[in-house]
Amino acid sequence: MTHYSAANITMSAWRSRFLLAMLLLGLLGLVGRAAYLQGMKNDFLRQEGESRYSRIVETSVNRGMITDRHGEVLAISTPVASVCANPRELAASSEQLENLAVLLKMDVTEIQKRIADKRREFVYLKRRVLPESADSVANMNMPGVFLKNEFQRFYPAKEMAAHVLGLTDIDDQGQEGVEREWQEKLASGLGKRRVIRDRKGRIVEDVEKIQALRQGQDLILSLDSGIQHLAHSGLKHAVEVHKAEAGSIVVLDAQTGEVLALSNLPVYNPNRRATINDANRRNRALVDTFEPGSTLKPFAIAAAMEVGQVNPDTIVQTAPGTFKVGRATIRDVKDKGKLSVAQVIQESSNIGTAKIALSLPAQTLWEIFSRSGFGVPAGIGFPGEAKGELRPYNTWRPIEQATMSYGHGISVSLLQLARAYTLFTTGGELKPVSLLKQNVPVMGQQVISRSTALAMSNMLELVTQPGGTAPLAQVNGYRVAGKTGTAHKLVNGRYASDRYISSFVGYAPVSNPRLIIAVMLDEPSAGQYFGGAVAAPVFSRVMTGALRMLNVPHDAPANNIVRFPATPEVEIGG
Amino acid sequence: MVKLNILLALILITSALGVVTSQHKARSLFAALENEHEIARQLDVKWGQLQLEQSTLAMHGRIEQIARIKLNMKAPSVSRVQIVTPGHPVDAGGNSVVERVP
Repeated sequence: MTHYSAANITMSAWRSRFLLAMLLLGLLGLVGRAAYLQGMKNDFLRQEGESRYSRIVETSVNRGMITDRHGEVLAISTPVASVCANPRELAASSEQLENLAVLLKMDVTEIQKRIADKRREFVYLKRRVLPESADSVANMNMPGVFLKNEFQRFYPAKEMAAHVLGLTDIDDQGQEGVEREWQEKLASGLGKRRVIRDRKGRIVEDVEKIQALRQGQDLILSLDSGIQHLAHSGLKHAVEVHKAEAGSIVVLDAQTGEVLALSNLPVYNPNRRATINDANRRNRALVDTFEPGSTLKPFAIAAAMEVGQVNPDTIVQTAPGTFKVGRATIRDVKDKGKLSVAQVIQESSNIGTAKIALSLPAQTLWEIFSRSGFGVPAGIGFPGEAKGELRPYNTWRPIEQATMSYGHGISVSLLQLARAYTLFTTGGELKPVSLLKQNVPVMGQQVISRSTALAMSNMLELVTQPGGTAPLAQVNGYRVAGKTGTAHKLVNGRYASDRYISSFVGYAPVSNPRLIIAVMLDEPSAGQYFGGAVAAPVFSRVMTGALRMLNVPHDAPANNIVRFPATPEVEIGG
Repeated sequence: MVKLNILLALILITSALGVVTSQHKARSLFAALENEHEIARQLDVKWGQLQLEQSTLAMHGRIEQIARIKLNMKAPSVSRVQIVTPGHPVDAGGNSVVERVP
């Protein structure tokens, strides 16, 4: 047994102190590091940790649908893929780029140009590719090339309702028409949220909502796509037959002022943006104005009836077919002699209307025009809506007051004109017009008395009867009322002698009006240009189809059509 | 005293395990929910595409063209239309039954 002496196990004092110091130093080091990590680098580390399992997920939904009043789809968005690239990460052989170019039907140099800037992190290679090509691109598995889901807007009705609906741009923002006016409602917003993903990539927990997903609302228009189709094809037929420059048609619900159809030619196909140009993108019925001609006569005469100046049987002398106002001369197509007020409307006499208008104070006439909605936008809520021109009455000269009564020296849009006729279909009320479906009865503003409106309605019915200017406006089985208009076109501030704007505004059935249709053809150049010959047949054709579609009960026997030669309209005014 | 401590420790462990299990369950249920949401989104997209297809096929212009050209149909002329007013039934020939009553 070895025996150690006490001296043997005594260590030198510095060794134990050294050990203690080392241990304390180590401890200090650890505490210091811990404090550093906890205190100074905490945020960074926490972030790093979270990034191992937390992700930001984006969800997108489509823009709201636009449907007609029966729920038929007029505009809808559906997802398509866009091919994008990150030039920083992109590592592709030239062969791969060739393949990509073929798939995307692009030029390979174009692709190279787009990815040339290596500082950028995101470029579109091609937007909105077909689903098949998108799949093929995904299968190529090229680093730095990826797909992005986007939405494309489709318009199944093609050019039929193009002007009303308008367009969205490539980023799904409304650019024109309804798409622009109701952008706020239709638009959808990207949703962003932070989530926790597990090892398998499944989302297992919602951490926070960064940005709420905004669902685009659907929009129900007042349009009836059946009537819209009838109106559009009827107008197209007439524009082709009469070789017109352009044309517009508006169909209103005679009681509620809802726009059931609105169409213009020329037009574009909204699904093919390349076909759009300045001429065919105009919604002429809303943004363009024209001098309406005789379609304005009923308002001037209604003003005179309203103040008791005339009644339908009052006799007006129109002989000898010319009438001097100051230095200017107003003409009728021939000497019509003595006419009753009803005949003035029926035969569309300029002299008769002018004489009646001149017997009124200018203010009275101005008031009826203004209260019928001329000179102010129709308020349909449409970008660029025209207000037309109605000058203040204190600047009128007598000749202007006379010509305005038959629709010259005043300009209106076709929609304003159609709307103004609600006076005669609702017993004197001017109804607001609307592009959205109305679910409650709309209140109008009383402009003329019920009795004046009814009397005028009876006179307007005579226009389509023997002796009137619009036999071709008649509709089988229904009583029809309306007024033709033929006006010289204003070219650079002067009336062109051989260019006309032909129009017809009318409604049916007279006993309980359901529809107002206004038709306008710009520069018909196939020989005929009277409103009664050019625009009235469109009215009749569309009205016949629309009344059948709406199952409107007949208010006349089925064989009520009387054929007779139309009373010729006058050169100016018609 | 020791016994109580052991009991408390056991309860603590059970509850801790319970928390773990329910967290796990909650996560898998949430994952299932997310999955269903995804399916709903896809169905929504599909529905949109079908809507588009339906409206394209059912466009009035197309139907009119098919009816006119392929099926040789036409709108009946007014002389061939009999209007039936309520209370005035007609027979197969389109004549008013009421008038026939002697």
